[in-house]
Amino acid sequence: MDATAIARNRFGLGARAGEAAPRDAKAWLLDQLARFDSRPAPIANAPGRAEAAGEIAEFYRTRRAERRERRMEAADDASPQMEARRAERRDVRDIYAQSVAARANAALATDTPFVERLVHFWSNHFAISADKLPVAGLAGDFEFSAIRPHVLGRFADMLGAVERHPAMLVFLDQAQSIGPNSRAGTRAAGRGRKRGLNENLAREIMELHTLGVRTGYGQADVTEFARAMTGWTVGGIGRGVARRIDGEPGAFLFAPQFHEPGTRTILGKSFAQGGEAQAQAVLAMLATHPATARHIATKLARHFAGDAPPATLVAKLEAAFLRSGGDLPTVYRALVDAPEAWAAEPVKFKTPWEWAVSAGRAVGAESFPAGNVAGFITQLGQAVWRPGSPAGFDDIAASWAGSDAIMRRVEAAGRFAGRARMEQDARTLAASLFGDGLSETTGTGIARAESPAQGLALLLVSPEFMRR
Amino acid sequence: MMDRRNLLRTGAIGAAAALFAPRIAFAAAPTDKRFVFIIQRGAADGLGIVVPVGDPAFAGQRGVLADIAEGGLKLDSTFTLHPMLAETGKLYGAKQALFAHAVASPYRERSHFDGQNVLESGGKGPYALKDGWLNRMLALLPEADARALAIAAAIPLALRGTREVASYAPSNLPDASDDLLQRVSMLYQGDAQLHGLWEQALATRTLTGDLAADNGRNAAATGALAARLMAPANGARIAMIETGGWDTHSGQKARLGAQLRGLDAMIGAIRTGLGAEWANTMVLVATEFGRTVAVNGTNGTDHGTASAAMLLGGGVKGGRVIADWPGLAQASLYEGRDLRPTGDLDGFIAGAVAAHFGLEPARVLPTLFPQSTAAQPVEGLA
Repeated sequence: MDATAIARNRFGLGARAGEAAPRDAKAWLLDQLARFDSRPAPIANAPGRAEAAGEIAEFYRTRRAERRERRMEAADDASPQMEARRAERRDVRDIYAQSVAARANAALATDTPFVERLVHFWSNHFAISADKLPVAGLAGDFEFSAIRPHVLGRFADMLGAVERHPAMLVFLDQAQSIGPNSRAGTRAAGRGRKRGLNENLAREIMELHTLGVRTGYGQADVTEFARAMTGWTVGGIGRGVARRIDGEPGAFLFAPQFHEPGTRTILGKSFAQGGEAQAQAVLAMLATHPATARHIATKLARHFAGDAPPATLVAKLEAAFLRSGGDLPTVYRALVDAPEAWAAEPVKFKTPWEWAVSAGRAVGAESFPAGNVAGFITQLGQAVWRPGSPAGFDDIAASWAGSDAIMRRVEAAGRFAGRARMEQDARTLAASLFGDGLSETTGTGIARAESPAQGLALLLVSPEFMRR
Repeated sequence: MMDRRNLLRTGAIGAAAALFAPRIAFAAAPTDKRFVFIIQRGAADGLGIVVPVGDPAFAGQRGVLADIAEGGLKLDSTFTLHPMLAETGKLYGAKQALFAHAVASPYRERSHFDGQNVLESGGKGPYALKDGWLNRMLALLPEADARALAIAAAIPLALRGTREVASYAPSNLPDASDDLLQRVSMLYQGDAQLHGLWEQALATRTLTGDLAADNGRNAAATGALAARLMAPANGARIAMIETGGWDTHSGQKARLGAQLRGLDAMIGAIRTGLGAEWANTMVLVATEFGRTVAVNGTNGTDHGTASAAMLLGGGVKGGRVIADWPGLAQASLYEGRDLRPTGDLDGFIAGAVAAHFGLEPARVLPTLFPQSTAAQPVEGLA
């Protein structure tokens, strides 16, 4: 690939049909840092947090009502409450589908694809998984309001927004975590009830979001951090104890009655009691920790320079992160400036998401059909915002380059190409997408296709298009 | 080709046959000969089909698969036919079936993908030729009779080339994207990672569209369909039928039995459907390569080298097994694991085609297999 093709395919989301090639690949990438719109039309029109939270709260309300009803009467399958609950579940799933479509349409249309890719990168770094109903409803808002506004800001700010978001607080069980010596904790203990700490979020922040696994923190640090985090919860939609917390549904809430009193010691540093600010101070410390810089640098390098990225690139990104105190544009500039990220050979096998988006852009699609796109990408093997684990989707070829996955892409390409309204011939398109990186085999295969649609399908599954 | 195929696919069978009519409506047919190629995709186990029970090393080598021929027709002192091949056995008894054993194409690796390319293109190695030997064969036939049909949604490589070929797919065969799949194969040939993945993907797909479906009724229906399209005087003269499901890496005894029941039903349906024209018909059954002599850890067999091919039809000089039998003793095996190829599949096919159509073997061989310098056409097959 030449520099233009690398900028478009590896750094960006794939060229759009008919789009003029940038004259200076690096300048084009850096210029996007100034032009990025965090709320383009598809995102601005997506269901907001209030709507999602309202549906989720309503779901739990109808479920509780149904359970009450069951206790009082014989179980009745056709109960109106059960119907209502099912309808609410559908509504929440619908919000999820609309949000996926908004994300995909923003990715199709964007003229700042490098930054859009970074949004997807961070969203996967701070992975939530839409397996739980409330997380499914809030997943879109998580990316749109916690990731997007901070993608060109400081890492610490993104970290703070992410850990306060209801999707994260619910996904990793923080919403129900109660300090044993907090007011709520002692009251529950007095009644013989067991209420207590949930370490889940605290642990994953250290292991996945900031420091990285095996970087020197211990179980005591995790527990102390979990104590500091108590009180961070969500208004209105939580289950169990958190349900009784008043407040705007779906909004972050600090519940002082849950907070474990006392000074905490984490990684040898002391954090004085300060309510909500205590955990915030811990996050601030973690956000600029050298282990965090190393962890983030490694993941970014892997995303752009190959599954086993050059150590020199990791070192450069790490240095940029530390030097700037986690200023993300500084890190991105170091990435664009590093020759290691511009290897001519494709270094990454596209994930199903990347493949689908680049295919849509290549054929010049204006939008994916609403409702369809979530299912489409799920069929390709990567359900959006549903990696099933807080570690997110893997970013290595071994996880995506499978025989069934390839067959699905081929089948999808056949259908996709059959429906595409192409203005450009697949041969011309191939030349404009890959420049001198287009192999003779692919060029010939496309040229000899039995129809324009088949030529397009072949282009979309060609070795060049499978990688970036 | 697109329009024609769509018409063929959407039209009734009668309409499909009638498509051939305009060109030859009142022409005298210089030949009544019909030829059917049934390809076994996935590497059919010749040792489990035409079973060398008389080989002293057979029982020891085949372990749990050694009793597979019980109840089958004894063909000669060495070979017994798999018991599921009852109709085929009757043809053998009537001297209308013969088997060639320990045969192989020039391909010596073990990739389905490449092996089928060699079997169908008739080249010396994978992707050495762009068109198929069955298409090149059309050039040897009288112009008016060079009508070929693929019983498939898309034209398989063996039938591809300069001569126009029709296709007709019964709905239970894989859909039209098979053509796309073949082209993707070409696209990935030079890509080590994608080539391997794609081969696995195709192998998996083969397993899901196999002959064994619906207890062989689908296979019989496909055979009957081919016969209906070929029986009329203005019907197709050359047809190709694709069968999958031969890649028996595990549980081979049951799976191969079901496969062969399907194949036997297909052959029986072709014979019945062609009626009197069976006398003018030759059916070739062949696979890309064979399977290991030894049984693997999952009661199946892995990719091997030589296998068996079948020739059936009213004019076939059958009732015999043609083999320069290499034996199954460990020291005789190819690379210590496979049935050693001692017969040339190219020469067998060229000889069969020449004898069937009354053509010069010396002319047929270089047309069908232009790179096959070593092969001598087998004489006296029909």
